[in-house]
Amino acid sequence: MPSGTEREPIPLIFETGQDGRANRYFEDGPEIAELLPRKLVRDELPLPDNSELDVVRHFTRLSQRTFGIDSAFYPLGSCTMKYNPRVNEAAAALPPLRDLHPFAPDALSQGALAIMWELERALSSLFGMAAFSLNPAAGAHAELAALLISKAYFAARGESARNAVIVPDTAHGTNPASAAMVGYKVISLKSDARGRVDPIVLREAVGANTAVCMMTNPNTLGLFEDHIAEIARVVHDAGGLMYYDGANANALMGNARPGDMGFDLMHLNLHKTFSIPHGGGGAGAGPLGVAAHLVDFLPTPVVTASGGSGNGWRASDDEVFRLEFERPLSIGPMRSFWSNFAHVVRALTYVYANGLEGLSRVSQLAVLNANYVRAGLRDVLDIPYDEPCRHEFVASAQTLKRETGVRALDLAKALLDRGYHAPTIYFPLLVPECLMVEPTETESKETLDGFIEALKEIVATAQANPAAILSAPRLTPVGRLDEARAARQPDLRWRPPEPPSGSAPSWSRLI
Amino acid sequence: MLRAVGAGSLEELVHVPDAVAVRAPISVPPALAESQLLDRMTALAGRNSAQEYTSFLGAGAYRHYVPPVIAALSMRGEFLTSYTPYQAEVSQGYLQAIYEWQTYVALLTGLDVANASVYDGATALAEGAIMAVNATGRRKMLVSRAVHPNYRAVLQTYADGMELRIDELAYSSDGRTDFSGLAEAVGGKGYAAVVVQSPNFFGTIDPLPRDLAATLRASGTLLISVTAEALALAALATPASWGADIAVGEGQSFGVAVAYGGPHVGFIATTNEHLRRIPGRLVGKTLDKEGRDAYVLTLQAREQHIRREKATSNICTNQAHCALTATIYLAALGRTGLNACASLNLRRAHELVKRVGALQGFERRFGAHFFNEVVVRVPGRAADVLTYLEGCKILGGVDLGRWYPELRDCVLMAATELTTQAQIARLVAALSEFTTRPGARVAVRD
Repeated sequence: MPSGTEREPIPLIFETGQDGRANRYFEDGPEIAELLPRKLVRDELPLPDNSELDVVRHFTRLSQRTFGIDSAFYPLGSCTMKYNPRVNEAAAALPPLRDLHPFAPDALSQGALAIMWELERALSSLFGMAAFSLNPAAGAHAELAALLISKAYFAARGESARNAVIVPDTAHGTNPASAAMVGYKVISLKSDARGRVDPIVLREAVGANTAVCMMTNPNTLGLFEDHIAEIARVVHDAGGLMYYDGANANALMGNARPGDMGFDLMHLNLHKTFSIPHGGGGAGAGPLGVAAHLVDFLPTPVVTASGGSGNGWRASDDEVFRLEFERPLSIGPMRSFWSNFAHVVRALTYVYANGLEGLSRVSQLAVLNANYVRAGLRDVLDIPYDEPCRHEFVASAQTLKRETGVRALDLAKALLDRGYHAPTIYFPLLVPECLMVEPTETESKETLDGFIEALKEIVATAQANPAAILSAPRLTPVGRLDEARAARQPDLRWRPPEPPSGSAPSWSRLI
Repeated sequence: MLRAVGAGSLEELVHVPDAVAVRAPISVPPALAESQLLDRMTALAGRNSAQEYTSFLGAGAYRHYVPPVIAALSMRGEFLTSYTPYQAEVSQGYLQAIYEWQTYVALLTGLDVANASVYDGATALAEGAIMAVNATGRRKMLVSRAVHPNYRAVLQTYADGMELRIDELAYSSDGRTDFSGLAEAVGGKGYAAVVVQSPNFFGTIDPLPRDLAATLRASGTLLISVTAEALALAALATPASWGADIAVGEGQSFGVAVAYGGPHVGFIATTNEHLRRIPGRLVGKTLDKEGRDAYVLTLQAREQHIRREKATSNICTNQAHCALTATIYLAALGRTGLNACASLNLRRAHELVKRVGALQGFERRFGAHFFNEVVVRVPGRAADVLTYLEGCKILGGVDLGRWYPELRDCVLMAATELTTQAQIARLVAALSEFTTRPGARVAVRD
């Protein structure tokens, strides 16, 4: 947690460099201009030299002003901020994996291919899909791949006229954005009074132009779409495909499977459900699962196994793996190389650490923790859909705002002062003043109790003295930001100061 | 806790309607204690053997020296376990680091602004192409055949979905793009952008000739530059200096592990003119309400969580931690370190080609200047040479026949600052054995 007393700005790395502070990582090389003609070489390289110690202090200070799961409770809804076990990092750092070149021959990469294959098999079984591709780099990237698959699939069937994607109004923004990228028309579906998709409303939305229906289940209100079997039937009867947005897969791992619900395509976010660190916004990984009729369309390459005596998930010692690129119906590759492989290693390590029983328990405890916080906040905030939730739930500050002027945003900022990260706010869009809380399974009862008490105290303070909450946060390195200024006068980079007498700063001189 | 939530059991909490209950037994590995976990992962890792080989592989993923201080800082838990900095007040550190990354990319490419990262070099190209399509309203791209084949394949995947047309520019006999027909091609004003990579896939330094930049501008065609070996940016004339409107590329060389292809880090830089078409996160500097300097995610009205189907891209999660790693690498090396590293890469590649080119039957395929990769024509099929080298525990490079049928006798070889004289000597000895081995003449005649 950043210290409230340290509020001095940290100079940019560009403002601290000095000539003569270079670190000696390499022996001296020749002048670049000795090996290349002058016109091919850049005139200047305006980057600072900082001593290694200064670099260490700079980034250590920056890290201290960054809130991570390691700092404290981080109940960011739909992001699944669970503990990131460090054993995963140890596995990903094993030199034969970390240093393996993507163009190393298959015969010399059998370990990496076995790891990819085992994770694909485990995910396929766990989520009821025929196969997974580890190619997409993130959830949104997998959505795009899935929609490209749907286009190819319908083209192969002579049904290219299908151009509409149906998304509920609770959907993540990536769903409509992905659909628009491939030229699909987006039809937004209004949720019913229970916060779910109503099959009757859906029936009116589907038709001969329906390509795909994209659903998150449980949805972003944390509610299980209990009509899912009928929803899938309606979409399939219309000739469309069902897509499962796996952002909320932490709610059902081992306990229910999208494949059994009628989904034809799905993605997972390994950085959510499979305990991979979010890293400040990435890298993630978005494995894409498909039912049997879509396997041939998966991105290339795919890992194939032959000759082995193994079965199920386990790569037996005599199994020979290869990367297969020649797949005539494939949509093609989605990225430079085969997968976010280091994340594949971390995810498989997590699967091994938990086993089926452990993974099932993960989801059960995630749901228990969410319901526990929901029950604890029932007398504090509005709970618009007050029924047992899954791994997350949505509260609302609508009543509080009417009574005191304190909004969801203000509650979020007040939580920062009390050492908690804020929940997701103002999403999903259909609940005004909403706070979307996802505690995850890795938090203790004591942590959850502390969070409930903190919100109780904040709401009580808001009712007694709204100004105290409206002025939060006060203990963070900076206060609330002028976001309008940031957008109106974009300052997206540092620029070298104008040299006073026409001379360049010493560290930006000609090479 | 079950009592507090009014549930009888954990199973009850996750119950689903019978119609969608789990239908088949789930088969995943049984749980291992943590003390056994690393043994299992180490055993799997041990089935790789590439680590025992001397490698001259490059082609878009490069082995460079990474000072240990990089991981010591990037792996700090606060960085590692944070997410997209939506709550700026408690994320100033990471936001500042990304602002520094954006600055480094802008300074290295010579352009005005850069984003917080995209997935990798290939997707950066695809996103750059979308920017150009949106900027020009045109739906055709003209792409050099010397752009990384994997990047071109990914661009094609995206183009198929978006119904864009991709035309190609051939490469010339010296390994640079053949620009002779460019003026005519863009004269019809049908192309959104021309895409050029430098150093290109053959390692050849291949900027757009300066007189053609004006031709492109006159026809309203944008220039997208691609960089697959980011270290070259530290040595070569910037993409902006040869007219790039959009510079995309791969930043893996800046301290990010090769890791069998990912995660790496894509970058996109552009001019102020196209700032609002840039995909993904952007960090901006602003003030807090007390007037202190502060950083925040900005121009979010471009993004999917605000604009939904009208967003500039669907990207949400990016490669922030790889961008952070690269930022720390760039800070530690600085101008002096990057300059030294780039010049060592140049020198090693020149030594490599000099020694290999001196062998009977081996020669440089292309004559133009190169950075740290070079195409070598070999006697016979590249695949046979590479298989022979494998027998000598050497990964000699990439067989260009994989993508260019006319270059089946060519190997793309890379040398970096980590390539030693001894490694080059071993390669030369093995290649020399290859030509004198029993049956060699038969292979050559093929």
